Amino acid sequence: MKLITPNIEDFNSWTVDQMPTGFVMPGGLSEHYITGGWRSMRPVWNAEACTNCMLCWISCPDSSIIVQDGKMVGIDYDHCKGCGVCVHECRFGCLELIREDQADAAKEA
Amino acid sequence: MSTEIKAFSATGNQMVAEAMRQAEPDVMAAYPITPQTTIVESFAKFVADGRVHTEYVTVESEHSALSACVGASAAGARVATATASQGLALMWEELHITAGMRLPIVMANANRALAAPINIHCDHSDIMGARDTGWIIMFAETAQEAYDNTVVSFKVAEDARVQLPVLTTLDGFTTSHAMERCEMEDDDTVRAFVGDYVAAHPLLDTDNPVGCGSYALGDCYMKTHLACRRANTGALSVIEEYGKAWEAICGRPFNVVDTWGTEDADYVVVVLGSAAGNARHIARELCAQGRRVGVVRPKVFRPFPAAAVAAACKTAKAVAVMDRSDSIGAAHGPLGAEVISALHEAGLTMPVKNYIFGLGGQDLTNELMTSIFDTLEDVAAGTASPALSYLGFEE
Repeated sequence: MKLITPNIEDFNSWTVDQMPTGFVMPGGLSEHYITGGWRSMRPVWNAEACTNCMLCWISCPDSSIIVQDGKMVGIDYDHCKGCGVCVHECRFGCLELIREDQADAAKEA
Repeated sequence: MSTEIKAFSATGNQMVAEAMRQAEPDVMAAYPITPQTTIVESFAKFVADGRVHTEYVTVESEHSALSACVGASAAGARVATATASQGLALMWEELHITAGMRLPIVMANANRALAAPINIHCDHSDIMGARDTGWIIMFAETAQEAYDNTVVSFKVAEDARVQLPVLTTLDGFTTSHAMERCEMEDDDTVRAFVGDYVAAHPLLDTDNPVGCGSYALGDCYMKTHLACRRANTGALSVIEEYGKAWEAICGRPFNVVDTWGTEDADYVVVVLGSAAGNARHIARELCAQGRRVGVVRPKVFRPFPAAAVAAACKTAKAVAVMDRSDSIGAAHGPLGAEVISALHEAGLTMPVKNYIFGLGGQDLTNELMTSIFDTLEDVAAGTASPALSYLGFEE
């Protein structure tokens, strides 16, 4: 039974014989799947106001609150789908939900 | 070959339960349904009596039964279950999932009619609903064969060249409940033959995490299906290999296509399962009268042994295919379509008469069986139509 460590870039060039039996794949591949592109609203984090209470971290359904050494360091926009749960849960007003097109406009300006 | 085989009386369901006990699955999740119930009932007693280490999961439906089996198999367990009729129908989505995920689950099916009208007796309407799912499908003629097929099923399913689920079927009541003369090998012999199952990439191996049942778009989806098709088609030689190995142990013949009198037959009947006995009984009588008739019984329906079936029909002036289920709206029943396709591939052009018979346990009498061979002579002579008909209900 084959289980290959796939190069995600080559995914579509695998031959039938190279396909993992039963499409059983190594774990953790969803990290390679950039679902952040589905987002229409974007949470924006105010690091200075953040108390590192971790309410957003524990609430995020996409594990997109990045934490290092017990402290929040940012948001994983590759996987955040902009659901806004973190913004809703934040007790300290340091997360704001803005429109993606406005975020893009802000970036371009 | 064992030297101290003692024959005893048993039903097909008892024999399947014994084969499963000897293969000793790690998990069985099952739900009772006539005429399969005594398989899982017997097995539950083996568990209660401590004769097997199996984790027996009682579930609320067949949909859950096969779902639990899928989870257990993906986790790395040897898994077996049994069902019939509406139960198999309720498993429909998991049937595809099991084969697509290449999980080597062994499931017995006591072939039974599907509602409506509701009917608990034998036909192949249930199992033919599983014919396009990717499962390997075997048909037993007798209780003895139900035992032998089930033992071999574990070996075939779990082989690295196959890695597919197997439906080991027996005809409801006719084979599942009738007492027959049976033999079985001792536990050590069967365990040594079946061996231990070691899953290549079990979900419970947390050091080597894997994902099962992932989403796949067209390209990967088609490749996965093609790999499944190749494994299923290639399983024919694996079934033959292990069937012959089992034959060498038990001394009972194992052929993927069973033939009688076909070497020089003018008229050949192709039939699955228990009805082959009726066909051979009449064929013997007709041969004694000087007629040349033969009977072909594929033991394996998926993968379909097309070349062997065609070879067994090659001398025939006309062939009758007896289907114990209909494919309503199609020109032929499931077996009829397979045989006609096999003959066409082999360049054989004799007329083929497709009969639908025995639905809902309708009796196949000697008179009806004889009428098939008689009609074949007329079909070959061009005085009877080869068009599909319901046996005994021709107008």
